[in-house]
Amino acid sequence: MEHPLTTEPPLTTETPETAEVSSAIQTKQKNTRRTALIQKAVIYFLLTIWALIVLFPFYWMVLTSVKSYGAYNAEHIPALFTLSPTLQNYVDAFTTVPLVGYLLNTLIFTAATTILMVAVSVLAAYAFARLEFRGKNLVFTLFLSLMMIPSELVVITNFVTITNLGLRSTFTGLVLPSVTSVFYIYLLKENFQQVPDELYRAAKVDGTSDLKYLWKVMIPICRPTIVTITILKIIECWNSYVWPRLITDDPAYYLVSNGIQEIRENGFGRENIPAMMAAVVVISLPLIVLFLCFRKKIMSGVSRGGLKG
Amino acid sequence: MNERKNKLISEKNHKAWLYLLPALLFLIAFMVYPLIDVLIYSVEEGYNFASQTYFGVGGYNFSYVLHDPYFLQALKNTFILVVITVPLSTILALLISTGLSSIKPLRDLYQTIYFLPYVTNTLAVGLVFMILFQKTEYTDGLVNLVIHFFGGSSVDFIDGPYWAKMFVLCFYTIWVVMPFKILVLTSALASVNPDYYKAAKVDGTPKLRVFTRITLPMISPMIVYLVITGFIGAFKAYSDAVALFGTDLNAAGMNTIVGYVYDMLYGDSGGYPSYASAAAIILFAIVLTVTCINLLVSRSSRK
Amino acid sequence: MNIVLENLTKEFPARGKRNSGSVKAVDHVSCQIPDGELMGLLGPSGCGKSTTLNLLCGLEKPTEGKIFFGDEDVTALAPEFRGVGMVFQNYALYPHLSVRQNIRFPLENRKGKDKLSKEEMNRRVEDAARLVQIEELMDRKPGELSGGQQQRVAIARALVKFPKVLLLDEPLSNLDARLRLKTREEIRKIQKQTGITTVFVTHDQDEAMSICDRIAVMKDGLLMQQGRPQEVYDHPANLFVARFLGTPPINLFAGEVRGQTLYLGGKPVLPAPGVPDQPVWTGIRPEGFILKADGPLECQMERVEVTGRDVSIISSHSACTEGTLRSIISSEEGAAAPTARTVRFALKPGKVFLFSKDTEEVIPLSGEGKEL
Repeated sequence: MEHPLTTEPPLTTETPETAEVSSAIQTKQKNTRRTALIQKAVIYFLLTIWALIVLFPFYWMVLTSVKSYGAYNAEHIPALFTLSPTLQNYVDAFTTVPLVGYLLNTLIFTAATTILMVAVSVLAAYAFARLEFRGKNLVFTLFLSLMMIPSELVVITNFVTITNLGLRSTFTGLVLPSVTSVFYIYLLKENFQQVPDELYRAAKVDGTSDLKYLWKVMIPICRPTIVTITILKIIECWNSYVWPRLITDDPAYYLVSNGIQEIRENGFGRENIPAMMAAVVVISLPLIVLFLCFRKKIMSGVSRGGLKG
Repeated sequence: MNERKNKLISEKNHKAWLYLLPALLFLIAFMVYPLIDVLIYSVEEGYNFASQTYFGVGGYNFSYVLHDPYFLQALKNTFILVVITVPLSTILALLISTGLSSIKPLRDLYQTIYFLPYVTNTLAVGLVFMILFQKTEYTDGLVNLVIHFFGGSSVDFIDGPYWAKMFVLCFYTIWVVMPFKILVLTSALASVNPDYYKAAKVDGTPKLRVFTRITLPMISPMIVYLVITGFIGAFKAYSDAVALFGTDLNAAGMNTIVGYVYDMLYGDSGGYPSYASAAAIILFAIVLTVTCINLLVSRSSRK
Repeated sequence: MNIVLENLTKEFPARGKRNSGSVKAVDHVSCQIPDGELMGLLGPSGCGKSTTLNLLCGLEKPTEGKIFFGDEDVTALAPEFRGVGMVFQNYALYPHLSVRQNIRFPLENRKGKDKLSKEEMNRRVEDAARLVQIEELMDRKPGELSGGQQQRVAIARALVKFPKVLLLDEPLSNLDARLRLKTREEIRKIQKQTGITTVFVTHDQDEAMSICDRIAVMKDGLLMQQGRPQEVYDHPANLFVARFLGTPPINLFAGEVRGQTLYLGGKPVLPAPGVPDQPVWTGIRPEGFILKADGPLECQMERVEVTGRDVSIISSHSACTEGTLRSIISSEEGAAAPTARTVRFALKPGKVFLFSKDTEEVIPLSGEGKEL
């Protein structure tokens, strides 16, 4: 039998019938193309609206911060732009309230907490991922179950503990309870475990000690994850509010979150909103810069399960 | 010779505990011990913080908290907040991330913008929201201006009626939680194997059907995850409220459960760790129950 | 360095199964590797060859038995004091270090009086790199290298310590076929050049046969046979070894010995002097067939495969366990390959092995047999 295709006319030959069909298909395609275009436009429109909702507070904050005190209060109807921007509010923010102090405190708190957290977590994750010891699985399971404990439950006793130890309004009192993060230990352990066994065996054949292997091989290989948890912890520390509020009575130890609250309640006088906004900009800027520098890292880190707060 | 002895990978390694020690110390001191202690606090009646004495053991703390009008107000506020923000933010995030993954140009830019609220200080930006919504003797605020423009009458969202304050709180909460949800859903959508879409295209499946029959089921585990974490997060709402209404939330009538816990512990109304503990345990019980219900529902709907 | 394994045994606690005690990964293995030789440790996966290697380098401690390097008992010695270099299956190169740093790494671990000066280290790194010809890759990262290049780096890293013993764990399994051929020649060359006693683990018998001075075949933790590759090929100790060695594999028949004659499918095919009457497994190497018009073994013709160098005749026989059997004959003879329905072979006595049906051990033939 002959192959059926060879008996049919070549596909390009148009009989009247096929021409009709193909023109119908063409108009249909044109229509779908048009609807697709409209769809795209609608999608962009809606996405832009949400982008504006997100961005507007930032715009307003910057805008208000460069309006002069007099001009701002004279506006019964808030103006959407200003023609005479001033930096006076920033000067006020740094001179009339201890904004520099707040920033320094936050910097010290963030640095100390993050460094301690990374050191403690790396060691613990290494023990879980690489070393063998009796009871490892039991201890790890207990670790994981701690992940479910909300901080609100333990904060009460920690408050009492730190108060009784006389560590209120000290950096020690601020930092210590903020150090551990079971989730980061878990994240690191998972990452450490991805380093092939063979590397450890190869290092052992060469007589590398466990600590040296951790320092020379594990940490460099897993640096991306370590950087990620470092950044996430920095964000967490910079924005932390509840614990610092509970533990610091002395404004000299206020962090930025508490500082903002303090400024709002008795800072510039309730009405100097432009100066307040200048302070808000100063406080928000470091993290936004950090975010723009490490955008990819932060986003992939957070999508792996970082939860705010 | 002894140091040349074979120390093996498979052997029990007591040194491992040394590596674990710092983490264990921190966790025991600041998580395990407090966990036990909070249970003890919650049953110690009449605990006096100054003298650290108490005169009995029982359930009085719980009954006090449950009869405290401030707590009931906080409970009501929290529940309203949860019921409104969790479904709304999840659906909104789903729509936005679906839109986001269907475009190519500008996608990175939008993604970056949408993520911004995650890295900003909740307290600081809350202040901006307060200004936008506040009505003072000088100005009605920008939002009221817009309401005027559409023919409405102005409302003070910060010191005005309850529903207005709740609206701002919900709005701000959603604004704050969206980045995380959009991010998680966008990466979930991106991880769906494109072959499914190609197959659907070859079969001429309509877009909506592709979304409901392919996309949604594929990312449903992530949606469940978001709903659960969303509930947990919303039940623990506190700093958003502080950012908008100031530290005296009871006066504003906008307190949350967590806010109640801290108020009991500290500040003008503070000094009652027993009541705080009882309230915290009630909160934990609620969260646990809701999470279990969530898990059960999602499991049975998957079958 | 002469290596001796004495009754080496390694038991692992059984996993998953309750109360079932332990699994013997290596079961009372004794063998000797003469100084400077390349020994191939051969067997299917899970036979215990890798565990044996780990015992040799000290990553595992034997449950029982002893290991000697020369006269020194190294059984309880940590890996770094044994003077072994090891090349891993996936090379185990540190991804964040350059090639140079990778090769240097083992030297940097030395402490005290063993510590090397910077110049000495650099010199040895350069020497090792030259030996495996990777001088121009020194500043790259492992991720930028091809599989073959990574392999060389791994060998250089193992050699830089001047090891007394070199251990290679499936070093070729991650290379593509062509590179594998080339690399195994190179490994052989380097080994001969340096004269280091080397143990080479592989599951590929072809690889082991072609480059090793000696091979040891393992199965289920037991050492089945060891010796020179040709020796083992020509005189398999049991059915397993006979089937494991050789490509194409040996043809296996269910046969019977009656009156000092081997019967296949009820027909006498070969004299079996000195063998008592019994049913036997009969293994015939593919090259053990001679095309002969009046040969005793009659098979049904299936097809002929031509490779150029020689000709394979695929035919079937009722006693053959696989259904079809493969015989390889030179292409000159093969030119006369039959087109008829049947084909007849005579057998070469040295290429036919008899194995007991009970023990699967080889049954020795006394005296040289003759073809029938």
